[in-house]
Amino acid sequence: MSSFFTGLRRFRRGAWEMVATLIIAIGVFMLMQPFVLWAYTYSFITTLIGTVLFIVVSHFPE
Amino acid sequence: MIEKPIERVAKATPTGMARQIKGLSDKAVAWLFVGPTIFLLLAINIFPLIWTINLSFTNFRANRPNREVEYVGLRNYERILTDSDTWLSMQATAHFLFWTLLLQVLIGFALAWLINRKFRGNDVWTTIIVLPMMLSPAVVGNFWTFLYQPQIGLFNYVVSFFTGVDPSSFDMLGSVDLAPWSIIIVDTWMWTPFVMLICLAGLRSIPDYIYEAAEIDRASKWRQFWTITVPMVLPFLMLAVLFRGIENFKMFDLVVQLTGGGPGSVTEMASINLKREAFEKWRTGYASAFAIILFVTVFGLASIYVKALNKVKER
Repeated sequence: MSSFFTGLRRFRRGAWEMVATLIIAIGVFMLMQPFVLWAYTYSFITTLIGTVLFIVVSHFPE
Repeated sequence: MIEKPIERVAKATPTGMARQIKGLSDKAVAWLFVGPTIFLLLAINIFPLIWTINLSFTNFRANRPNREVEYVGLRNYERILTDSDTWLSMQATAHFLFWTLLLQVLIGFALAWLINRKFRGNDVWTTIIVLPMMLSPAVVGNFWTFLYQPQIGLFNYVVSFFTGVDPSSFDMLGSVDLAPWSIIIVDTWMWTPFVMLICLAGLRSIPDYIYEAAEIDRASKWRQFWTITVPMVLPFLMLAVLFRGIENFKMFDLVVQLTGGGPGSVTEMASINLKREAFEKWRTGYASAFAIILFVTVFGLASIYVKALNKVKER
């Protein structure tokens, strides 16, 4: 767990890719969940942020 | 002395052309070969994508090309993301995705586990199981429409045989409750072999000596399954799930053939909703915004897919 936070602080690819993946997964869940409309409304921006973040952090060093 | 093929080609090249090529650097020749592909990629993929992004901010209608196009900003996105009907189509997609993935993984893995055992006719069974995957979705959709017929359909008779329910008492494609399941059944029938093949590759990649070591340590079959088989097949299974997930998110042909989005709109998935907006209501700007939303979602899922693929490669 501590290596994950160290990776975040040092801008390492693995840790940041994990964060981006999580944001994308949350965005996709928000898009398809049947519970609340507001989550559906904000799903696209969440997925977009996750995807852009993924593209950016995939250029970080290992 | 035997002439090399490259020398034969060089000799056969007309003098004029040879003179022209001679003046080019290696890099230029490489660009000459790669250029047409890059041009096609830009023309077929990149340009339409940029054009769609541009259209998604307008009120353009493809059936009225001469009408003045107005830029509406983010209004199309706002409408889609607050529209309860579009939300319902996303839920229909989610229902389809969840159940197809669950069934395909469970059945696919079970089949792979059985096929992986050495028995007579193993190859024949593998071929038979893989057959549905090789058929065109249009053909599959068409013949399942006949199988689901309440009067003459084989499916209703099989259900009737096992449950005792009158075969003509239920209509798989016409019932609001059963129609989503009818599509799930067909997709599972068609694509389980794909998951099975990937799982089979995973199972065959496990070296025998690991099981032999477990046998020596007196590990039970149950324990071997949970501590060796499952963890080692998991990356392959994950790949299959992600691949099928992305494919099923875009599911169109099978649903059009089977239910056309009906009855009502219970099986109207995102892709069908998109097609209706674009080519029935002709709201091109709105449909472009919807397409971009789906594209970003699939792109996001594809990013996770690539990451999972790299992890599998590292193993």
